[in-house]
Amino acid sequence: MQNPYLPYPVRIEEIITETEDKNLKTFKFVFLNPDDQEKFNYNAGQFAELSVAGKGEIPIGIASSPTEKGFLRFTINKVGLVTSYIHAMKVGDIMGIRGPLGNWYPWEVMKGKNVVIIGGGFAFTTLRSSIIYMLDPDNRPKFKDIHVIYGARTPGMLLYRDELAQWEKRDDINMHITVDGTDDPDWKYNIGFVPTITDQKAPPGNEETYAIICGPPIMIKFTQPVLDKLGYVHDNIIMSLEMRMKCGIGICGRCNIGKEYVCKDGPVFTLTQLNNMPKEY
Amino acid sequence: MSGLGFKVKVYMMKIITINKEDWAKGLERLCDSFRLFGPVKQDEFHNFRQLVKGELPDLNLLNTRLSAKSMVYPQSEKMFEFTLDENRDDHHILKEIHKDYSPKAVIGIRPCDARAFLLVKENFDTPEYKDPYWIKSYEATTWVGYACNTPCSTCFGTTAGCGPFHEQGLDLLLVDAGDYYLLKILTQKGENFLTAAGWSSKADSDAARHEIETLKRAAEEKITARISTDKLKDKKTTELFEAPFWEEVAFACINCGTCTYVCPTCWCFDIQDETIGLSGIRMRNWDSCMYPIFTLHGSGHNPRNTKMQRVRQRFMHKLKYYVDKYGDGIQCVGCGRCIRHCPVNIDIRKVCDLMNNFEA
Repeated sequence: MQNPYLPYPVRIEEIITETEDKNLKTFKFVFLNPDDQEKFNYNAGQFAELSVAGKGEIPIGIASSPTEKGFLRFTINKVGLVTSYIHAMKVGDIMGIRGPLGNWYPWEVMKGKNVVIIGGGFAFTTLRSSIIYMLDPDNRPKFKDIHVIYGARTPGMLLYRDELAQWEKRDDINMHITVDGTDDPDWKYNIGFVPTITDQKAPPGNEETYAIICGPPIMIKFTQPVLDKLGYVHDNIIMSLEMRMKCGIGICGRCNIGKEYVCKDGPVFTLTQLNNMPKEY
Repeated sequence: MSGLGFKVKVYMMKIITINKEDWAKGLERLCDSFRLFGPVKQDEFHNFRQLVKGELPDLNLLNTRLSAKSMVYPQSEKMFEFTLDENRDDHHILKEIHKDYSPKAVIGIRPCDARAFLLVKENFDTPEYKDPYWIKSYEATTWVGYACNTPCSTCFGTTAGCGPFHEQGLDLLLVDAGDYYLLKILTQKGENFLTAAGWSSKADSDAARHEIETLKRAAEEKITARISTDKLKDKKTTELFEAPFWEEVAFACINCGTCTYVCPTCWCFDIQDETIGLSGIRMRNWDSCMYPIFTLHGSGHNPRNTKMQRVRQRFMHKLKYYVDKYGDGIQCVGCGRCIRHCPVNIDIRKVCDLMNNFEA
């Protein structure tokens, strides 16, 4: 019987400090056993439990894309015991990864459709995975127009700035980067909160257009009415939720919303699904 | 006819009589092939623990204080071990711990606790994920049930899918018939147990069945508390969730967690690492939805921040979410422990009626 609680051993290969407050770092991991990498077959939108012997585990969205082979990337916000410890770890250190866990964005359903990605703050990780996945030459023809609305407090708080700049230059993805405010005179993108920019830049909603939203609760709260106004269908509004988790496999009991476990039945739900679930998240 | 039905039919025929003197001899013989567990009185209360050779389970009880769930799922359980010593090749890599899954028998489990394992199994043994600790431990165990001639005062098992002589989840059912025991063999595991015990005085099956039936009916009649669960399935989750009675239900609750601790069907756990020097273990411990930290996010946000939300979670889980998720009735066997031990007299039977009768 395979033990679903046993993490795969991994080594930290690279650490990148992402944001000006140094609170967000991206870790690149490689598997110690090549077989484990084969078994870790994931889709954009899934998460994993990062495990540090002696400290514990944390559920984190996978920031690398399934089209990037040979490693995994996670962007980690320094918050509690485990994440603070990981932030102090070095290249070469050994830890563990358990997964992939949860469901993913509905890539099969979105084939042939327009996709609008809406992200705020550090919740851009699985969205980064999704963008890389869609822009892969094998996958790009599967989707129609792609829009990305991504905001952070300041330019220095945006994740993956090099990649954002590259995507800006492409003609097969429409980037709408925004910051809440900046005193940088050379800032050439948008200024304004994500809901406002969504209102101005997002394409109108219809059966052929899907929105994937990931961000802080306040952003989601104010973006939803904008999408309603733009005519988005609730079945086509896809959200990824966060919860305190331990097991990650629907057994330990804490991350439920009604009868659904966010770790196993989610973290991805449509707005239609959420409307039929208790408002307890 | 289904396979299960066939099996039940075959083994239902077999009932043996055990003189109370032979009982001890059989248990002694069983020690050679089973680890034996049973209720033992410690201070004022009975609880399950392993029996040393020659020790008898104390069957002079209504029920154990805690449920039998720890027989499969201990309150604290080691999952993995590791070393932090960087001079060793395997440092910081979690490794499986050897565990004893040799045959064991739990003697004297009440039918409510035995059925509870079947409800909990839905959670630990799923099509997608198998919890190896729970499943291996459960499968290693032979369940020797002990019929309730005198049910507890708070029992409502007969309307909670169970009953004082309920056989689901048991391999054998032991019935105290006064001067002797009747032992009903229900499964092949039960048959193996019987062989190892060496009890052989086959009872006149018709008379024994009649005797058990009479005792069963008398026991069932003593259970007067009833619940109704028939309408729970058709209620809308969001409407029950918003029902006005939750504040009142939760008003007196002090979130002590006793209900979840004594409950045979509460399964939630936490995972924690512990280290001493350079060696460590990852373990899991029973947890409780009554505690605010159970759902506290790293950001400080807590979806179940108030005690009303937590009390509502417990009852909605047992009486609505479980019903909808598995289609196998409520997540409760009516043992009544939470009612007996709640310090502020919250009564799941009343809450169940409120929910079942609720009209939005």
